Amino acid sequence: MDMLSIKNVSLCYQTPEGETDALKNVSLDVKQGEFVSLVGPSGCGKTTILSLTAGLIRPTEGQIFVDGKRVDGKTGCDVGYMLQRDQLFEWRTIRDNVMLGLEIQKKKTAENVEYAENLLIKYGLKDFFKHYPGELSGGMRQRVALIRTLAFRPKILLLDEPFSALDFQTRLSVCDDVYAIIRQEKKTAVLVTHDISEAVSMSDRVVVLSPRPASVKNIFTIDINAPTPLKRREDPGFSVWFDKIWTEVCV
Amino acid sequence: MKKNKKTLSPRQLYLRKIKLDKSKILIIQIAVLVAFVGLWELSTAVGWVDSFFVSSPSRIVRTFADLWKQDIMKHIGITLLECVLGFLISTVVGVIVAILLWWSETFRRVAEPYLVVLNALPKIALGPVIIIWAGANMNAIIMMTFLICIIVTVMSVLNGFMSCDKGKIFLLESMGATKFQILTKLILPYSVPNFISVLKINVGLSWVGTIMGEYLVSGAGLGYLIIYGGQVFKLDLVMASTVILCLLAALMYFSVCLCEKLIARKRRTSK
Ligand SMILES: Nc1ncnc2c1ncn2[C@@H]1O[C@H](COP(=O)(O)OP(=O)(O)OP(=O)(O)O)[C@@H](O)[C@H]1O
Ligand SMILES: [Mg+2]
Repeated sequence: MDMLSIKNVSLCYQTPEGETDALKNVSLDVKQGEFVSLVGPSGCGKTTILSLTAGLIRPTEGQIFVDGKRVDGKTGCDVGYMLQRDQLFEWRTIRDNVMLGLEIQKKKTAENVEYAENLLIKYGLKDFFKHYPGELSGGMRQRVALIRTLAFRPKILLLDEPFSALDFQTRLSVCDDVYAIIRQEKKTAVLVTHDISEAVSMSDRVVVLSPRPASVKNIFTIDINAPTPLKRREDPGFSVWFDKIWTEVCV
Repeated sequence: MKKNKKTLSPRQLYLRKIKLDKSKILIIQIAVLVAFVGLWELSTAVGWVDSFFVSSPSRIVRTFADLWKQDIMKHIGITLLECVLGFLISTVVGVIVAILLWWSETFRRVAEPYLVVLNALPKIALGPVIIIWAGANMNAIIMMTFLICIIVTVMSVLNGFMSCDKGKIFLLESMGATKFQILTKLILPYSVPNFISVLKINVGLSWVGTIMGEYLVSGAGLGYLIIYGGQVFKLDLVMASTVILCLLAALMYFSVCLCEKLIARKRRTSK
C-alpha cells in the first residue's frame, strides 16, 4: 500500500499581483518505508508539494492521500515536516523542544515522553537534555530538529532542504546521521534538495521535476547497494546516476 | 607586586583588566556627581550665582529635612501610586489589545490608521477632556498616564509579535497547532525580551504622564509640589522634589531590570 499518494495535483497561487502556476498535474506514489527525493530547478514548486502534503495549503485540482486518508486541511500527526532551518525554540531546552509536537497534539503521555527521550539518548544527545539550542552545533541542532519531528511518530517525514544551512563537511556527516535515524525508525521520507549528489546518496528513488509549473519529468530508481550515504558516494555507480540525473534536470 | 603579575595567566590578567575597567568607570561616575554637587554648592556659597534662583545642595538637604518632618511621605505615596497604577493598567490593557490585534487581521488593518494618528497626537492636548470626564482628581492623572503609555505599548508589543519568524509559525501549523497554541507556545514566550524593553520605555513614559497630570490637576504629589514651589518662587522645594523624583524613577527602572534578570535566569535565553 502507498503511504503517500499524490493524484493529478495542480496548484495555482493567487496573489494581488497575479496568478502563479506552481504545480501542473503532479502524480507520485511513495511506498511505506521508502526514501524518495525531489529535485528540480530553483523555484519550480518543490516546497509547494510538501506544503500540500502537510495540509498547509489545498490543491487547486487533484487529491492527496496519506496512508489512505485524504489530506484535507491540517493533517497534524500523520505528517512530520522538517523545515530548511531547524526552527528550534531558543527559550526551550533541547528536551522541551523535542516535546513540542506532543504538547501541540496533546499526546504528552508518559509513554510518548519516554519514547522521545529515548530517541535523544539513542542518537547521541543524552548529555544535552537541559542545554539550550544556542549551545549546540549546527549539525546537532539539525539532529534535534529531526528527533522533534519523529517524537510524535508521524507516518511520513517531509524534509525540505534540511542540510542547506550546514557547511559541506558537517553536511556529509549529518546526512549520514539523519539517514541512519530514518532507516532505523523505518520511516517513509520525502526529501527536497537542490543537491543531486545528496539525492543520489540517500534515496531509493529520485523524482526529477520540470521547471515551473512543476510536473514529474522522470523518476529514477537508484540501485546502489551500500549501507550509508557516504559509502554510496564511493560506489562506482554513484557518478553514473549523478550524470544521468544532472542531464535530466538541466535539459 | 611585579613578581606577582608575572605569575598570572593571560586569562587572569584579562579578568583583572575587566574588573579594573569597571571600577574605573564607577569611580569616574561618582567623581562627576561629586564635582557637580560641589561646584553647585561652591558657586552659590561664594556668590557667583544666586541661590535664590538655582537653590543649592545644602538648601535642598535642609528642605528635605523640613519636608521629612511634614507630609512628604504622603506626596511621594500619592505620586508613586498614580504612576504605578497608570503603568500597570496601560501595560496590561496594551498587551491585551496587542493580542487581539495579532489575532485578527481585519481588526489590525482597521485599527492601523487610528493607532498612527493617536500615536502622533500630543496627549497633553487631551488634558481638558480628561478633567471633564474623570474629574479634577487622581483618576484624571492616572488616565493621563494611561493615555501616554497605551498607544506605544500596543504598537511596540504588536510589532514584537509580528516579527516572529514565519517558519516557526509554519512548523507549529504543520504539527496541527491551533491559533491559541501558536499564541501561547510561540508568540508570547518569543516576545518576552521585547516585552521587557517595552516595560523599560513605559517606566519613563508613565512618569511623564503622572507629572504632566499633576501639573494639570492635583492637590498633592511631587508634581504638585514642583508647580507650587515654582509659583511661590521656592526653588529649594522645586529642586528637592525633582531630586526625589529622580530617585523614584531610578528605583522603578531598576525594579524592571531586576524582573528582567530574574526572568533571564529562569529562561536563560541564549543568543
Ligand atoms: N505563498 C505563495 N504565494 C504566491 N506564490 C508563491 C507562494 N509560495 C511560492 N510561490 C511561488 O510558487 C513557485 C514555487 O515555489 P516553491 O517554494 O514551491 O519552489 P521551490 O521549488 O521550493 O523553490 P526553491 O528551490 O527556491 O526552494 C515560485 O515561483 C514561488 O514564487
Ligand atoms: Mg523550497
